[in-house]
Amino acid sequence: MTRLRVRANGRLIAALALSTAALTALTACGAKSDSDTPADAGGSAGVKADAATSVADFGGLAGLVKAAEKEGTLNAIALPPDWANYGEIIKGFEAKYKVKIKDETPDAASADEINAIKSRKGQDRAPDVVDLGSPFDRSGAAEGLFAAYKVASYDKIPAAQKDPNGLWYNDYGGYISIGCDAKRVKVCPTTFADLLKPEYKGKVALNGNPNKSGSAFGGVYAASLANKGSFSDIQPGIDFFGKLKKSGNFIPVESTPATVQKGETPISIDWDYLNAGYADQFKGKGVDWQVAVPADGSYAQYYSQAINKDAPHPAAARLWMEYLYSAEGQNLFLKGYARPVLLPSMTEDGSVDKTFVTKLPKVEGTPEFPEAKDLDSVKAVLAKNWDKAVS
Amino acid sequence: MADHTLPAPGTTPPAPGAADGTRRRRRAPRAWLGALPLLVFAGICFGLPVGAVVYGAFTTKDTATGVTSATGANVSTSLQGPYLTSLTGSVELSALTALIGTVLGMLIAQAVVTSRRGALRESVLTASGVLANFGGVPLAFAFVATLGISGVVTQYAHLDAAGWNLYSFTGLTVIYLYFLVPLMVLVSVPALDGLRPQWREAAQNAGATTWQFWRHVGLPVLMPTLLGGFVLLFGSAFAAYATAAALVGGSVPLVTLKIADALSGNVQVGQENVALALSLDMIVIAGLVMVVYLPLQRRSTRWLH
Repeated sequence: MTRLRVRANGRLIAALALSTAALTALTACGAKSDSDTPADAGGSAGVKADAATSVADFGGLAGLVKAAEKEGTLNAIALPPDWANYGEIIKGFEAKYKVKIKDETPDAASADEINAIKSRKGQDRAPDVVDLGSPFDRSGAAEGLFAAYKVASYDKIPAAQKDPNGLWYNDYGGYISIGCDAKRVKVCPTTFADLLKPEYKGKVALNGNPNKSGSAFGGVYAASLANKGSFSDIQPGIDFFGKLKKSGNFIPVESTPATVQKGETPISIDWDYLNAGYADQFKGKGVDWQVAVPADGSYAQYYSQAINKDAPHPAAARLWMEYLYSAEGQNLFLKGYARPVLLPSMTEDGSVDKTFVTKLPKVEGTPEFPEAKDLDSVKAVLAKNWDKAVS
Repeated sequence: MADHTLPAPGTTPPAPGAADGTRRRRRAPRAWLGALPLLVFAGICFGLPVGAVVYGAFTTKDTATGVTSATGANVSTSLQGPYLTSLTGSVELSALTALIGTVLGMLIAQAVVTSRRGALRESVLTASGVLANFGGVPLAFAFVATLGISGVVTQYAHLDAAGWNLYSFTGLTVIYLYFLVPLMVLVSVPALDGLRPQWREAAQNAGATTWQFWRHVGLPVLMPTLLGGFVLLFGSAFAAYATAAALVGGSVPLVTLKIADALSGNVQVGQENVALALSLDMIVIAGLVMVVYLPLQRRSTRWLH
């Protein structure tokens, strides 16, 4: 029996060793890193960087650059390199200033960005700046998550597209457009009314589920406007897709670059900057991707930039904002077919790059935007009725 | 079997020729130390999240004041309208695919085991191991490319004329079976190995027909595996998300998709706690399935004792 006892003791030792190993591993991942204290702005005004509300608080741009380069890092989140030209914008920023950008989970959604701010409060891994879809910009501001900061060109942003205190403002946006594979579709649809034609059976797709994907939501909203709906009434849009589903024109698959290239989603409703980007991307791959902004339902939506109130790199965050809203940053958005928020003012003062403007899909009239309360009410209706309409 | 050491319920009897199960020993009181890492791990990785889900499901936070208060509203919302539809949709899809998967998987496993060909057995088991873990967006796209509207097979065999539509409940059933059947094959082969040829011979000597053998010996022995397999498949199908998300957006209501809409979308705001309530509903449903399964399992293993 001695052997047995030896084995039992061996087991005991192994068990203890295992438990300690497991425990150390678990405590290690729960450990919180110390956040570095925000550096002094060092500007002549002597305001702390995380309290600075404009570049003047740093004693001008040079002071801001110095403070940001001292921090050396910027935590960004949810910036896909092939979305509104963010890849080039990040490269441009890093080339111009000695600040490295860490872009975390490029494909994250707005809700994830807000969660990251909340759940990593006080950590140096928290995002410094966020790029949010509406109404996350407004709800985040209401929850007190953002810092008030006004970039140098703040006054040129149209009043409807910014928070009066500078907690958030629109950066770039686009219109809902109909992308279409001209090689597979004889006549490309240019309006929502066209989509009902029997020739488009099994061809029309959205970029996901409108209860989750911002562009799919925009697609339903635009379809509503095209069918006697309004900003406060999205039901006609839901009914429109219900009709498309019944006729077999609408396929619920999520359109992605892969499905577009494969020809599974020959007609895809999406933001014009994404569709126009696809057109470039697929030119060499045998797909002739045409983009039209439907005249009967034109709906534009802009994304918003905001600074995390507890940003671990407050100066870098503010420098990033200044860069995005400079003529250089705005033109880079434009190069990615997105419409920068300063497009009207830059067109006036001639700082806009005209070659990119001529490449944008044609749009009639000026965009109008729904109120926050409209958005809340239509989203509730959508959550309630969408599944019923298309199942 | 000279000494009657009984296998623990739910395990299969050791294969013929294998060493007998170890004799029960009086456990040393400190043997539980060996289980400590598991308990700690389960407590942290399983207990904490469940606690967080329950807490979130029954509280609400006022965004204006930041005050958290208890409420039953999230749970009642999660059991109404589209949320309820998604729960029933998920249960229907999971139960149907688990049932078909259990039967098909068992039949395939039986064919493999009785074929007595080593090469076939190895290749089927290896393939099953791979396919059982093939899921998510790659799986969805593989099906889009083959059985989608402009998919290769669809075009070639004119399936659309026959009414085939990948983006539907039926389509989703087929895709789920693609990874559920291999999973069932993996869990049934060991059990089928445990059906001893001697039992069959004994039954035949006693004049039993094939049907009688299966009815009175084979199926009762396999019943724990069949039940366990069904529960496992149900759970896998119930929790599957990415494949369905890529394929059917909102047209087949599933609870996992609803949770994602509420939790991490670009559209719905302030629905996080409803998502947690939905997760709680899922846990309750999984629990109910277990409650039904355990007594059945006990009953079916009883005759072995």
